[in-house]
Amino acid sequence: MAQQPTVNKVTVVALVENEPGVLNRIASLFRRRAFNIDSLTVGRTHKPDISRMTIRVDAGPEYARKIANNLQKLVNVIDVRVIDNEPHIERDLALIKVRSDDAYSRNTLTEICDRYPARIVDVGPHVAIIEMVGTETFVEKFIDEVRPIGIIEMIRTGIVSMGRGTRIHDTSVTRRDLARAALQASAMRNGRIV
Amino acid sequence: MRLTGSEIIMECLLREGVHVMFGYPGGAILPTYDAMAKYEDRLHHVLVRHEQGASHMADGYARATGEVGVCIATSGPGATNLVTGLATAMMDSSPIVAITGQVPIPAIGSDAFQETDVTGVTLPITKHNYLVTDVDELAYTMKEAFHIARTGRPGPVLVDVPKDIQNAVTEFIYPEGHLILPGYDPPAAANSHEIDAALRLIDQAERPIILAGHGIMMSGAMQEVRELAERAQIPVALTLLGKGALPEDHPLVIGMMGMHGEASSNLAIQEADLLIALGMRFDDRVTGNLKTYAVNARKIHIDIDRSELNKNVRADVGIAGDLKTVLKQLLPKLERKSHHDWIHQIRDWLEDSSERDILNYDTPGVLLTAQVINDIWRHTGGDAITVTDVGQHQMLEAQYYPHQRPSTLLTSGGLGTMGFGFPAAIGAKFGVPDEEIWAIVGDGGFQMTLCELATARQENVNVNIAIINNHFLGMVRQWQELFFEKRYQATPMVNPDFCKLADAYDIPNRRVTQRDEIEDAVAFARSINGPTLIEFVVEKEEMVYPMVPAGADLHDMKRRPKPGE
Ligand SMILES: Cc1ncc(C[n+]2csc(CCOP(=O)(O)OP(=O)(O)O)c2C)c(N)n1
Ligand SMILES: [Mg+2]
Repeated sequence: MAQQPTVNKVTVVALVENEPGVLNRIASLFRRRAFNIDSLTVGRTHKPDISRMTIRVDAGPEYARKIANNLQKLVNVIDVRVIDNEPHIERDLALIKVRSDDAYSRNTLTEICDRYPARIVDVGPHVAIIEMVGTETFVEKFIDEVRPIGIIEMIRTGIVSMGRGTRIHDTSVTRRDLARAALQASAMRNGRIV
Repeated sequence: MRLTGSEIIMECLLREGVHVMFGYPGGAILPTYDAMAKYEDRLHHVLVRHEQGASHMADGYARATGEVGVCIATSGPGATNLVTGLATAMMDSSPIVAITGQVPIPAIGSDAFQETDVTGVTLPITKHNYLVTDVDELAYTMKEAFHIARTGRPGPVLVDVPKDIQNAVTEFIYPEGHLILPGYDPPAAANSHEIDAALRLIDQAERPIILAGHGIMMSGAMQEVRELAERAQIPVALTLLGKGALPEDHPLVIGMMGMHGEASSNLAIQEADLLIALGMRFDDRVTGNLKTYAVNARKIHIDIDRSELNKNVRADVGIAGDLKTVLKQLLPKLERKSHHDWIHQIRDWLEDSSERDILNYDTPGVLLTAQVINDIWRHTGGDAITVTDVGQHQMLEAQYYPHQRPSTLLTSGGLGTMGFGFPAAIGAKFGVPDEEIWAIVGDGGFQMTLCELATARQENVNVNIAIINNHFLGMVRQWQELFFEKRYQATPMVNPDFCKLADAYDIPNRRVTQRDEIEDAVAFARSINGPTLIEFVVEKEEMVYPMVPAGADLHDMKRRPKPGE
């Protein structure tokens, strides 16, 4: 099935220090500048001290750049990139609890899930939980198909995104490491050990 | 060297070149106050009478010197009293470091006595802030705080230090060399493409104008801006905080822009075909209605803060960089130009302005703020540092006290903080003790922080206080006169006898009610090595003209009628 291109949505990816209060700083910035955010996800990276945020903005690239420039000003934000036209992979995950208490609902559900990268992850006597992973639009399309069966509960993670090929600037050491290293170095110069 | 956290704070301050700090003690900061005794000979503590005063003093110190000002307060109410000063410093990019005590770490989050989430409260009004949770991190946190406060676009940084961290003992080592902050990298130079694009616009322009802002002084780019203006013959309009960037008697300087700017500057901006905005941020007080702002002009915008570019006004060429560095890249390739007709046109507008100048009117029997300020200028040789409060007197200072040198007008621009002027003047005096300092304040704003009279007395700070007493919250009254049919709701004031008040603080004082008394009073104030107070009783219902009503088009100014009009 052809995926529809997302219209007028831009993604901002930010690497941030995994420190207490950083999410608060970012939330405070968005509120204070009245930035409108579609979705925001934070997660771990392969570096324990660095988290990665994917911010979805329902606006043009100019607006996204404004957000990026403001994010960049935060000391705990290591790097920011606006993913606009460059090729990238994005994924959204949805857990959907649907009615499955008769043959009709169960059959339809299986049929739809076969056509999507979706799995039935839990089946009870009256309901089933489905996990669907894909681009934002693809997930939306799936939800639209499932909706008539009867959605009881749903949660989406919001999208995560990664540019293809070109890598976002990656800092493997944090400010804290560097500060400690500097401290150690000057301690050694002074002939002292901390 | 094994030291307590408190001693580490003192050692760090010394290593950052701090000689004076402004503060007020309390339980959670007491260990640090105790440590001060040991450092008294090198690190002077000024006891303020309200922590807001401490924050404005640190700010005034920073604005006068370009160095980081330091204020210190206890947890809870002490810290929250700093808030106005931090917000003021944030809006005007003034480098200060605030150190606050916090309840001990185990008590954090328990609503302990005098516990406030100070890093939370000050998050949006600081450039950055810290809660120190490990005494081993204290030294480099202090170093980072100073680095962040003074570099890039300067601003306030707060360090919140729990009491147990102040008491904890550790090996003190100050990190040497440059800090590397991966997430903090202020831009410096432009790329050659940006320089060429800017040069092309300058070359094509017939009616260019430079908008000179505070950033010029923070970058130290006064000479470069002057060269740009002179070589390409570009008139220069100043923002309020840009005053002093170029000498105001320079033939190319056409005066302040904005709500109470020179009409000629505002008209020139609206007629220009190129704006060259240097270290300014297109605040609504300088642009008026953005939809009709300089619509015929292309814009070059150079600022160290990338997020300022395209924020309010779209830039045809936006360069994020250090102004001095960028102009040094640009100047070697800049062609000489002349803009005869354009400059002529602006001179005509200027002439019309001087016909409307209140000083050229016959006003017998009344003492006007404009006269007072212009006379203070004259009798100080125009060379004092003036620190204003906020209101009519502030705008009239900007209009009637021309400044020749950078950083000689200190005023709260972005936040417009009443109560700023007097304490900021005290702080400035500590930074530049050889300068003559005048606090020019309104009767309203002065009463917000007048408790610092005691500080000025205790420290014998040589500041001259000029109270412009119009018995009104004058600027608000002006708006009520113009936009609320003279309903003077909550703006008339029954004031104390300011001279008796000064007497109570043992501060020499005078009252001036006639213009011919001004010279003598100024001489009196200058002759005393210590604080003095002069109350100028002025006309109650003076107006500041021109005025661009809030949100109106920049060219849509209310002007003072010409005599006979
Ligand atoms: C802390 C604070 N509160 C309120 C205001 C709003 N305000 C701006 S100007 C002004 C009047 C100032 O009166 P005064 O200090 O007497 O100066 P004048 O305008 O009379 O020269 C007021 C209330 C402000 N700028 N700051
Ligand atoms: Mg007044």
